[in-house]
Amino acid sequence: MPNTIAADRPSDTLPPPLRPEPESAPLRATIENFNFYYADGFHAIRNVSMPILDRQVTALIGPSGCGKSTLLRALNRMHDLYPGNRYEGRITLLPEGTNLIGREMDPVMVRLRIGMVFQKPNPFPKSIYENVAAGLRVRGISDRRVIDEAVEIALRRAAIWDETKDRLHKSAYELSGGQQQRLCIARALAPNPEILLLDEPTSALDPIATAKIEELIDEIGKETTVVIVTHNMQQASRISARTAFMYLGELIEFGETSQIFTNPRHPRTEHYITGRYG
Amino acid sequence: MPSPIPTADDLIRNGYIRRRRAIGTMMALIMFACAALSVFVTTAIVVILVEESWMFFREVPILDFLTGTMWTPVFTDAQFGVLPLLVSTLQVAFLALLIAIPMGTVMAIYLSEYASTAVRETIKPALELLEAVPTVVYGYFALIVMTPFLQKFIPGLAGINLLVPSIILGIMILPYVVSVSEDAMRAVPNGLREGAYALGMSRWQVAFRVVLPGAMSGVTAAYILGMSRAVGETMVVAIAAGQNPNLTFDPREGAATITAYIVQMSLGDLPRGTLAYSTIFSTGLLLFVITLMFNIAGFYLRKRFREVY
Ligand SMILES: Nc1ncnc2c1ncn2[C@@H]1O[C@H](COP(=O)(O)OP(=O)(O)O)[C@@H](O)[C@H]1O
Ligand SMILES: [Mg+2]
Repeated sequence: MPNTIAADRPSDTLPPPLRPEPESAPLRATIENFNFYYADGFHAIRNVSMPILDRQVTALIGPSGCGKSTLLRALNRMHDLYPGNRYEGRITLLPEGTNLIGREMDPVMVRLRIGMVFQKPNPFPKSIYENVAAGLRVRGISDRRVIDEAVEIALRRAAIWDETKDRLHKSAYELSGGQQQRLCIARALAPNPEILLLDEPTSALDPIATAKIEELIDEIGKETTVVIVTHNMQQASRISARTAFMYLGELIEFGETSQIFTNPRHPRTEHYITGRYG
Repeated sequence: MPSPIPTADDLIRNGYIRRRRAIGTMMALIMFACAALSVFVTTAIVVILVEESWMFFREVPILDFLTGTMWTPVFTDAQFGVLPLLVSTLQVAFLALLIAIPMGTVMAIYLSEYASTAVRETIKPALELLEAVPTVVYGYFALIVMTPFLQKFIPGLAGINLLVPSIILGIMILPYVVSVSEDAMRAVPNGLREGAYALGMSRWQVAFRVVLPGAMSGVTAAYILGMSRAVGETMVVAIAAGQNPNLTFDPREGAATITAYIVQMSLGDLPRGTLAYSTIFSTGLLLFVITLMFNIAGFYLRKRFREVY
């Protein structure tokens, strides 16, 4: 693994990564001087600092292996599931200012606040209804009416209510891949997470299912803070307000999505969005 | 210079392809023979069981056999009601599962979801070692160690009883239940676990709400495997539960199971062709039908719980 940006193009002498400009929009979280090391010692995220805007969609883009998923999974402490991984720096949840990766912070508490949708749809081997209810049940909710209502709201927000309302008690595995992914979005939304993380949620889906999900992420982003990893640049430009471009574990450039895609400031960003590599 | 790598034509010319085909044909034949032999042996066993039982059921109506409460085949006034044997067999299997299912499931969850790799790699082989203990040792352990010990706590526990061999059997089938269920749990895709953790579930919630339901078909199979073993086990019950065909629902009493009876009859010197002798086959057939029923039930359960990840 090359550990300098210049390693793959010896002739390049590219400028250092750009620091994000201060934001005037309200923030939901800030990432400060964040470093991440996998158990084998691999330094996967290098000194990343960026804001996460409140009730907006923030996109993470960059070539495969640049650390998008690693950064995203730090936000809900997924890395704690495997021994030996190490965080450094600060991820502050606003407005109250708790450090999500602080030593005293219980990862389960973080995950109760921050929801996640994965690349491959992963519904539980239960009914559609029980999948959406799962997040409510683990919060100790057992009142049937409360759950019924929250399930319906979540399924509607994930734009899958009409397709499922007549078979709520059928197995989730009877749904198509795109429907399963929307079900997983509903499952993550049901407990009203403070931030919703999406890791390439459409990469396993066909274009029609992808379009549906993009549309609904656009809707969700009006009420919920969303961070989405995507390697599909049209997707990032269609649905996000801010875009972070990563390369080899570094944040190269962060800015308004329209600026990143029409007027990138860093040559590395420009190379990537014009398709010269990645 | 000719290339050292032969072309496909070279391979045909030098006979390599012909030799390779011949080996393939031979392998297929050997494999077919093995498969055919096992099917043949199984069929032969069933045919003999049915045939020998046939002569028994010509004399004793099947309904009397299944509902009679007296089992005295060698008495002058012979009675052929199998209920005493059947009830104790099912009682032993049930009690053994009552021990093996909760303990086995919890241990499998521990190994699959909690234990570190090092712990798992130590415990699993240790458990499998338990299977290497000869069952006769378990039998005498039940009779000589467990029963006297438990008699201090359980009033009315007879020296020969159904309870202790059931407990021992439960422990005996534990490695099976643990190892098959643990395999099923570990086959649950990690994506499901991550999805569950991402919802804020704690470790035990992930284990019981997602992993266990996800592994249900394999876990059911483990229970049924254990059940079949418990029903078919012979030595422990023959030694510690006795040979008295006693119709009882009280596990503190001793009572012969089907297997204990078969072993007793086979060791005896009953002349071939007598009605008493043919009970070996009729009770054997009953045992076979019971395990078959369990397996069919298991098959349907598995289909119902089948996961399509
Ligand atoms: N469990 C792990 N242990 C060690 N290195 C890992 C692990 N997971 C990912 N990596 C490495 O970290 C880098 C970033 O991976 P990832 O975040 O998955 O990239 P992306 O999502 O941008 O494709 C890659 O070089 C990858 O090989
Ligand atoms: Mg990724």
